[in-house]
Amino acid sequence: MTSAPDAPEQGFRLSQLIYDTRYRSLTIQAIVFILVMGGAAWLVDNVIQNLNDLGKDFNFSFLGQRAGYDIGNAIIPYNNDMSHGRALLVGLINTLWVSFLGCVAATIIGIFVGVLRLSKNWLVARLMTVYVEVFRNIPVLLWILVAIALLTDVAPSPNAYKVNQQTGEAQASMLLDSVAFTNRYTAIPSVHFDRSLGSLDTALAPISLNFLALVIVLIASIWVNKRMLTHAAKVQEATGVRPTMWWKSALVLIAPVVILAIALGINPEEPQIKGFNFTGGTNVSNSFVALWLGLSLYTAAFIAEIVRAGILAISKGQTEAAFALGLRANRTMSLVILPQALRVIIPPLISQYLNLTKNSSLAIAVGYLELRGTLGGITLNQTGRELEAITLMMLIYLAISLSISGVMNVYNNRVKLKER
Amino acid sequence: MSDTQAHSVAYVRDTMLPQQPAPAGQSGAVQWLRENLFSGWLNTLLTLLGVALIYTLVMHFLPWFLHGVWDANSIKECRTIITDRYGEGATGACWAVIRERWHQFIFGFYPPELYWRPILTFLLLFVAVGPLLFTWVPRVLAWFTPVYPFLAVWLLWGGSGWTPVMIFAGFVLGAAILLLLSPRLGSIMAFSIGAFVAILYFLFVVGPLIGGLQAILPWGLESVDSAKFGGFLLAITLGVGGIMMSLPLGIVLALGRQSDMPLVKGFSVVFIEFIRGVPLITLLFVASLLLNYFLPPGTNFDIILRVMILVTFFAAAYIAEVIRGGLAALPRGQYEAADALGLDYWKAQRLIILPQALKISIPGIVSTFIGMFKDTTLVVFVGLFDPLKGIPDFIRADFNWKGIYWEPFIFVGAIFFILNFAMSRYSMSLERRLQRDNH
Amino acid sequence: MKKSVFFGALTAATLTAGLAGAATLDDVKSRGELICGVNTGLVGFAAPDANGNWSGFDVAVCQAVAAAVLGDPSKVKYVPTSGQTRFTALGSGEVDLLARNTTWTFSRDTDLKLQFTATNYYDGQGFMVRKDSGVTSAKELDGASICIQTGTTTELNLADYFKANNMSYQPITVDSNAEGEQQFLAGACDAYTTDASGLAATRAAFANPSDYVILPEIISKEPLAPAVRQGDDQWTDIVRWTVFALIGAEEYGVTSANIDELAKGTDNPEVNRLLGTEGDLGAMIGLDKDWAVKAIKANGNYGEIFAATIGEQTPIGLARGLNAQWTQGGLMYAPPFR
Repeated sequence: MTSAPDAPEQGFRLSQLIYDTRYRSLTIQAIVFILVMGGAAWLVDNVIQNLNDLGKDFNFSFLGQRAGYDIGNAIIPYNNDMSHGRALLVGLINTLWVSFLGCVAATIIGIFVGVLRLSKNWLVARLMTVYVEVFRNIPVLLWILVAIALLTDVAPSPNAYKVNQQTGEAQASMLLDSVAFTNRYTAIPSVHFDRSLGSLDTALAPISLNFLALVIVLIASIWVNKRMLTHAAKVQEATGVRPTMWWKSALVLIAPVVILAIALGINPEEPQIKGFNFTGGTNVSNSFVALWLGLSLYTAAFIAEIVRAGILAISKGQTEAAFALGLRANRTMSLVILPQALRVIIPPLISQYLNLTKNSSLAIAVGYLELRGTLGGITLNQTGRELEAITLMMLIYLAISLSISGVMNVYNNRVKLKER
Repeated sequence: MSDTQAHSVAYVRDTMLPQQPAPAGQSGAVQWLRENLFSGWLNTLLTLLGVALIYTLVMHFLPWFLHGVWDANSIKECRTIITDRYGEGATGACWAVIRERWHQFIFGFYPPELYWRPILTFLLLFVAVGPLLFTWVPRVLAWFTPVYPFLAVWLLWGGSGWTPVMIFAGFVLGAAILLLLSPRLGSIMAFSIGAFVAILYFLFVVGPLIGGLQAILPWGLESVDSAKFGGFLLAITLGVGGIMMSLPLGIVLALGRQSDMPLVKGFSVVFIEFIRGVPLITLLFVASLLLNYFLPPGTNFDIILRVMILVTFFAAAYIAEVIRGGLAALPRGQYEAADALGLDYWKAQRLIILPQALKISIPGIVSTFIGMFKDTTLVVFVGLFDPLKGIPDFIRADFNWKGIYWEPFIFVGAIFFILNFAMSRYSMSLERRLQRDNH
Repeated sequence: MKKSVFFGALTAATLTAGLAGAATLDDVKSRGELICGVNTGLVGFAAPDANGNWSGFDVAVCQAVAAAVLGDPSKVKYVPTSGQTRFTALGSGEVDLLARNTTWTFSRDTDLKLQFTATNYYDGQGFMVRKDSGVTSAKELDGASICIQTGTTTELNLADYFKANNMSYQPITVDSNAEGEQQFLAGACDAYTTDASGLAATRAAFANPSDYVILPEIISKEPLAPAVRQGDDQWTDIVRWTVFALIGAEEYGVTSANIDELAKGTDNPEVNRLLGTEGDLGAMIGLDKDWAVKAIKANGNYGEIFAATIGEQTPIGLARGLNAQWTQGGLMYAPPFR
């Protein structure tokens, strides 16, 4: 401690590890590394010892065993003879599905509310403020519970749709003869083809070739349409006159799909009450609808604030400048305001998507079986493999989150202001 | 000049007319209505839709609210009273459940004769955070802030009075060593020694010491088991405790993430991103199902503490990001000025960077707290009695209140709304004030 | 930093206090309290009243064990566990005893490393439907929506039953009995399935119980038994024989009313051995001589507990059925005390 610090010729001393800034960071990192690794080793050691004491092991072979339970709202084919791994997949797809639909609905409602909050209409602006404040400040769990309680309390039971033998009338009637709201699900028509091209058997689910053909035709039409628009733009640049495009676009986009669909004999299969429940058509369970509604309405309140802030962030000068250039109001919006506002809006928007996806694990409150319900719920319980199941579940959620933030980073890099 | 004109042009007036009132459509309420509600077909449509919406909601819910019954002992009694008063088929709220069970919504199963303890703790919370959050609170009160956590834990859980005193003494010991030695050994060595001594004290000395002192001079409060916590007491304890404990960890993580040292940065990033990437509910399951696997065999402590640990980790990751934002928002010049003064890293952080960064982070921290406070309702899924689902489910298990849904929802929702709305308004006003200060 | 270290210290303090060795009995004694895992709320079996005091059929087992071990039936801490968390709570040592209408099955006994002590209730899974649905047999439930609690054996039984009878159903999963009731009452499902005793308890609490019927089919065997951790034989014996003592007491006519009288000595050597006036059975399981007296005094014998919590005089109104003494044509059969 007494030796002068400026005596490098003395060679390396131990105290340099702490006091010399060249080495200090190495020292600190070494210590941190040792502490973290030591901690990790301690945890792993404890796990091994605890598993030993309980006579358990750590392996994932349970994923191959027969699940034995049923899932009420599987999107891909599933029955109780399939494995726990398959049940996991069903849950994962349900998670992604409700998250995706939730994000779509939340975005639509959010933009709507956010724009209306800025409206000059006093009443509407106040109403939207109330909506945003009420939904933001109350836990999402309450909204999900309210949604399920409303759905089960208000809607009639499927029995009400049965035609009474004596009176010849049913208590409740279906919307447009094809949609029935009940206290357990909403029955909607499903698409049915008279002529089937067969189906492609993938590991995940059999994909109807009819459907595949429609998608391929649609993609092809979009591609052709894009080529036509590029061509039109070229013509416009060369001659100054833009050829009329809207009916050509419409024709290219719609006609092939419609023709193919009719050729395949498309028709809606309408739900019919039979026995206890509706058959034919698709029954969308109330637990799904409640979760979806709760998540969307809650997240929409946040998105509305993001949209509002994004629009307010663009200075008025931009609008005025655009007007000065002779741009009309809608062109100003699409060419000047929106591109700039989006740069502000998108990053927090994506983090709301992330929150919504994570909040979808609240399905536990309404009994919708998604990833947490299958893998982290029934499978965990029936096999007693909590360590494996929860680890796997966390890793899957982590992977979903990281992919979403990965997309955000790519977008951010693309729209980043190129500063000089 | 006017003279000639006055004579040559007959219709020019030479006196001012008294001011006329604006036309009926251009003034007062009518004008306001026209400008704000009916300024175009779209606006008119929106207004009508809005009015229709309000009308429907009011028509649906107002009678139900107005028919509310406060004095009944069961839901059946409520229904009979409503039918008697308003006729067959009338619906009404049964607020009697709130009157009878409000204390469970607020305090859970905390012994009623000890309610003064959580209430006092809650009031003292404002004294403790006042100096940090409000400028008009006298600075003198700031000495109370570090004492508060110990006092709060003691008030809520009770037990020997020596426990908080002696544990606080441990920190004083560590801090004293740090202050005494740092001029001679430098802050890093002094900190290491201080921390080491404090840890030794906590591991080996504090337990016997408390036991001994308690034997000589017993004083304390009746201890209350964690299992008795429920309702908003539980939610607030978890929320406030989680945020308070996560602040130090969050600061360390935020600094770690900004660090030049790749290992430190790497560990911080992995921790933050992992916690932020998984739903809180999975972390709560870790607390309830897995934590025992990660601890030495045979260790076991109660579920509230386990949940608190995981909630702290969760909050720390979010707080770290908020503080990172605060650090990033500081002008580069502040860092450079600290360097120019010759301050080392910790001095620069302590004296220049962190005070400013934390100050601009407060709105973000408050938002994080609101989020956390809402999320504490999820603890119901690991068997704790949260105010939103745990307590109402428990009340519904009683024969008298079976089938009561909306009243608890509305009551609990309203409390959540009031607390969170107040906090978010505070955070917004603070944000505005900070913006003013900076310009 | 300060605060987190403080809680670290608190944790350390709790850790040392909660160190659980292999001998659960010693732990319970040194703690002075039995930690008992119970249902989060099933009227009749385990439910807290308005003041948070627990009572019920399962709770009585906890209290009997606490009385036998600690001499005081009130020295119990109740930890509400869900279907999901119950086994972990037991395995991790969070609770000493799981008395939470848990079905004794092969894989739970072996793979989950539990030790079931003695069946205290023979149950079976049944269905409840609305009377006006006109359903009289479970075989008529083809295509029905069925509410079912997750994390229980009932899920698997249900799948098996419908498969065996070549019928289809829509499962509506609920998290707790309370939620199942709500959904069923609101008509979100045609039938509610759980253990028949649970159905009876649930139905009893409805506003109009007579509007609902419990179908005659019992589709599974559900022997409900208190469970403990595997590997502590002494503790297993204590819980097992406490339950048997309650069952045996009913058989021998020992009730909470006459126990003080009988404990002075009787002509029946079996009763004498049970009540500790002859021999010293208690010492063999590490308890006092009068362990069974204390256990029986807590809430009475098996029959008294049954009658007070779930019997026909209570709102739940369960008949003894399979749970009558073997002498009455039931399955309750305590091995000899000798």
